[in-house]
Amino acid sequence: MLDNQDQQAVGAAVPPPLSDAPAPLRFRTDTPDDGPIAPLADFLANSNFAAVRLDPADDARALVPHLGRLKLIEVAFPKFRDGRGYSAARILREAGFKGEIRAAGDVLVDQIGFMRRVGFDSFAPAKPLDPTVVKLTLERYPYVYMKAADGKQPVWALRHG
Amino acid sequence: MYRYDQYDQAIVDARVAEFKEQVGRRMRNEITEDQFKPLRLMNGLYLQLHAYMLRVAIPYGTLSGTQMRMLAHIARKYDRDYGHFTTRQNIQYNWIKLEQFADLLDDLSKVEMHAFQTSGNCIRNISSDQFAGAAADELADPRPYAELLRQWSTLHPEFSFLPRKFKIAVIASDTDRAAIQLHDIGLQLIKNEAGDLGFRVYVGGGMGRTPVIGSIVREFIPVGQFLSYSEAILRVYNRYGRRDNIYKARIKILVNELGIAEFTRQVEAEWALLEPLGLDAPQAEYARIIAQFPEPAYDLAAPDTLDLSDPDFAVWVKQNVHAHKQPGYAIATISLKPKGGIPGDASSAQMDLIADLAEKYAQDEIRVTHSQNLVLAHVRKADLYALWSALAEADLATPNLDLVSDIIACPGMDYCTLANARSIPIAQKIAAKFEDLETQRDIGELKIKVSGCINGCGHHHAGHIGILGVDKKGEESYQLLLGGSGAEDTSLAKILGPGFDENGIVDAVDKLVAFYRTVRTGPSERFLDTYRRLGAAPFKEAVYA
Repeated sequence: MLDNQDQQAVGAAVPPPLSDAPAPLRFRTDTPDDGPIAPLADFLANSNFAAVRLDPADDARALVPHLGRLKLIEVAFPKFRDGRGYSAARILREAGFKGEIRAAGDVLVDQIGFMRRVGFDSFAPAKPLDPTVVKLTLERYPYVYMKAADGKQPVWALRHG
Repeated sequence: MYRYDQYDQAIVDARVAEFKEQVGRRMRNEITEDQFKPLRLMNGLYLQLHAYMLRVAIPYGTLSGTQMRMLAHIARKYDRDYGHFTTRQNIQYNWIKLEQFADLLDDLSKVEMHAFQTSGNCIRNISSDQFAGAAADELADPRPYAELLRQWSTLHPEFSFLPRKFKIAVIASDTDRAAIQLHDIGLQLIKNEAGDLGFRVYVGGGMGRTPVIGSIVREFIPVGQFLSYSEAILRVYNRYGRRDNIYKARIKILVNELGIAEFTRQVEAEWALLEPLGLDAPQAEYARIIAQFPEPAYDLAAPDTLDLSDPDFAVWVKQNVHAHKQPGYAIATISLKPKGGIPGDASSAQMDLIADLAEKYAQDEIRVTHSQNLVLAHVRKADLYALWSALAEADLATPNLDLVSDIIACPGMDYCTLANARSIPIAQKIAAKFEDLETQRDIGELKIKVSGCINGCGHHHAGHIGILGVDKKGEESYQLLLGGSGAEDTSLAKILGPGFDENGIVDAVDKLVAFYRTVRTGPSERFLDTYRRLGAAPFKEAVYA
């Protein structure tokens, strides 16, 4: 599951992390966008940004007309219990977005399995995650019951070929 | 009954392993209690007044003898020799130790059981009709659809951090034995004019602080698309349900604030986007699951007559036995409301006995009802007497189904951290007041429901008589509500007047019943019917004058 993780690429593309800031957890092979990340309102007002931040109350569908010029969409999780960002990520994938979707903030290891399923492919947790537990978590489930945004076949597809 | 295949078992095993690992991290203090709380809740583990409380899932309330025996084993090994069947057709254990929890989950998983999503802000255990597959008035067995929902909602990645809990019920008859209009989503299997199967979809019903009767969001969704339609409802709720106030976070508040027309428009718009994504299970999967709920191998020679010469047996048959669609068979309800008992409680020995009896007489199948009783749905009439005799010896044959002593009560302040007042002793005192079964039968159907706090786990809003315990300046006080129903004629009970203390509420119920008996048009007019006919005023007069 961690096969696409490219920490090397992260290290090469961005300046060395400040002091003890954790390296972001990234499951993409392309070069990360290191430009400024605009809040949604600023992004919608100025077409030059290639990265945007969605706060929990923001409507992910407002980005749908602009997906072609976006490289990174960062979805903020100020509180881990606020699950709106899961819908935001999946809506963006359903709309065809192929760029990076990053979960940032109060992102806990026990959530990232769900987050991967709804389309997040990078993580910037406020507190660093234990890589051993991350690996364990992401390798946990051999099967899933329902489709989401990660292309995994649900068990009904496996059952009926 | 649905049996796990290797996929189901692998998912349950992985889930158990995951939670064991999470418990380990909590015990090593690697995660905070605040971070652990949603994890344990999604595995059915609450912290109660005295200990951890575990709620084990019984999907749509159906279980086998083997599974019931495991529930008995768990009560014996990890608890105090009893379990408590709940209004969500689950079972709760009140005295669980965290350090034993891993072993307990292993034991459950050996019989295809678990405690997933019996708590937390996620899609909870799916509930259904306890007479499913046996009732003459049903269109089809609703449980295959409940099983499809169970699988679809298990570990749903988008809907595991909802604004609040989410409850779905499925029925397939016009008679509603599952209170679907009081659920976040209620589904009734129907046929459209073309003869196709589909669901009428209710949304936004619920009890709790703000009781609301569900509204119809769609008159007909074809069975083949009900999962993607549910997905659309959940997505609208997940995105727009309120998260600023826990008491306003249920979907009913969103539906009320938007209005059903606007809510419906949003769901339909979402579904138009989701439907083409192929989220619905294929017909082959429906067929696979439906095939696991076959008609029992009926004994076609089974006599359709019953020897009622034993008067005690005759009384039980009259009260606790329902007609079955198959001649020669009957549906038997096992009352978990014996005199002096705690509503819904069963001892390990009782559970073992019920498991044996289900295997011997009832196609190895047991149902839990939302009224906290148990049902054996397929019993040969010729076996009823032997069944009754065995039940009677274990205090499981109280002939009081739907009578005044068949009371729903939440655990209340005896167990629950949320409660403001005790519920169980109130239920016991009322039952004791009407101890004489002859009197109970004369009173007829009367559903009393007791909650120990405003959260309403005892369904007081759906009671013909509802009782709500509140804290009044440090004293327990009980409000009296009348006129609720959780059946197809769903209505919400309304407060009659000022509250009472413990003895006062019991006397008030006594006065209400006495008044009803003097004014009813005849024995067939139920308490609820009389209340609806006369309105609250004369009942108020009878209690408070």
